[in-house]
Amino acid sequence: MKLITAIIKPFKLDDVKNALQSAGITGMTVSEASGFGRQGGHTEVYRGAEYTVDLIPKVRLEVLVDDKDADAIVDVIVKVASTGSIGDGKVWTSPIDQVIRVRTGERGSEAI
Amino acid sequence: MKAEATMEAIVLPDSGDTAWMLISTGLVVLMIPGLALFYGGMVRVKSVLNMMMMSFGALAIVFVLWIAFGFSMVFGESVGDLGLIGDIRQFTFLKGLDNPSAMIGTIPAAVFIAFQGIFAAITVALISGSIADRAKFGAWMVFAGIWATLVYFPVAHWVFAFDDFVAKTGGWIANDLGALDFAGGTAVHINAGAAGLALAFILGKRVGFGKVPMRPHSLPLVMLGAALLWFGWFGFNAGSAIASNGTAGLALLNTIGATTAAVLAWLLVEKLRDGHATSLGAASGVVAGLVAITPACAFVGASGALLIGAVAGGLCALSVGLKFMLGYDDSLDVVAVHLVGGIVGTIMIGFVGVDVGLFNGGGTEQLVKQIIGAAAVLFYSFVATLIIGKLVDLTIGFRITENQELTGIDIAIHAEPAYELSDNSQGNVYEFSRGQ
Repeated sequence: MKLITAIIKPFKLDDVKNALQSAGITGMTVSEASGFGRQGGHTEVYRGAEYTVDLIPKVRLEVLVDDKDADAIVDVIVKVASTGSIGDGKVWTSPIDQVIRVRTGERGSEAI
Repeated sequence: MKAEATMEAIVLPDSGDTAWMLISTGLVVLMIPGLALFYGGMVRVKSVLNMMMMSFGALAIVFVLWIAFGFSMVFGESVGDLGLIGDIRQFTFLKGLDNPSAMIGTIPAAVFIAFQGIFAAITVALISGSIADRAKFGAWMVFAGIWATLVYFPVAHWVFAFDDFVAKTGGWIANDLGALDFAGGTAVHINAGAAGLALAFILGKRVGFGKVPMRPHSLPLVMLGAALLWFGWFGFNAGSAIASNGTAGLALLNTIGATTAAVLAWLLVEKLRDGHATSLGAASGVVAGLVAITPACAFVGASGALLIGAVAGGLCALSVGLKFMLGYDDSLDVVAVHLVGGIVGTIMIGFVGVDVGLFNGGGTEQLVKQIIGAAAVLFYSFVATLIIGKLVDLTIGFRITENQELTGIDIAIHAEPAYELSDNSQGNVYEFSRGQ
């Protein structure tokens, strides 16, 4: 099993979510996040003072998938989340030891 | 004496004037929560309650002192006819005035006293904006009481105590100098603004000032606060006619005209300087316009009011950058809005005041009087506040510790957060957890 974590631009969330649902995903977790990558921060002027804003708002999306589905799902996210401009985010996968569905106690792929 | 008392007892209040002043008093009380919201929304999420508490606390301490001796210091017979301070013994605890038949002008004394008392409280509350996030609450309360006594009460006597109104002789700015200040451009706004500047020096900068962004945590609260202030300001300005008449009406009209012009000017400056017209700018423009028209609202026509509002909105918006250039942490721009706005309104009477202004049928005579009045209040308030603030700091300490400030003053000093956004259990009530 794999955990796919994607950091994407907030306005891309709906598109990515819909595409993943179409691709057969049955669950995901979404949280607001902030951070920086190559895009870095930017400067803002507010009430006469200039600020550097280092941490930019992003959305973090987490999906659990079977090993065999991982590449296809990653491709869906990358394709839909891309705008071609800097700051589009990142997607990575990590191996998962165990997954348990709390209600039934099912384990492993059954629980996804 | 006996005969005089009987004579006074049969003087009936003018019901129209009294009704308007009862409403005006309610309106000016609304300015306290209005200011608390305006300031409270502007601070970071960890200092909201402390910011609001400074306004509520100022009202509490100052009004009690007002009843005890403040009213007497402002409106009592001027000591030695010098116009500097009213006789503290004359109306101590409002003696002779706290009954239904005592009159001041055409209204019951009780109404006049309540109305004027809130002015004192608001002036003190305004100062708190310059020391956001970092002042001990107890020290603030002590400061508020001392400052009201040694600065506001004397200055209000200078400006608001007219000869033969409450007492035979009043203050020097109102009577001897003859500077015009209808509702408190000098006594309220220059006074509070200069004090705010002095206190910002005494307390020093917040941890991280000029390095980390300290943006408002809730702009809807700021706008709601500005709106409530505006609403309450109708009592402040139009109520200062102490009558339900044409003067009150003109003051009310100008309180809208100047304020709307100030909003436009502030937003224009922001758009040109920063690239964005912000809601914080609109709310600040509202207050800058209200401040500037306060001294002038009954002395100018509609176009004069628009001009005062526009100049104040523009100059105040430009002034918010001063603290970064000069390095004082006037956290919520008390200086830029109240000191600058108060000076603009007070001095512009000398230019656009009907029959007295340089551009409006007068010479330079009134302009000079306005400048002297403004300068006197600015200088006295700044110096006295430096001394009072320093004394409070040296004795009980004015500032919370750095760790408390980093934690957030709401939790550190008041033991409560402004927003409890989760019901997730953070512990158990002590007795219950022990099975009682």
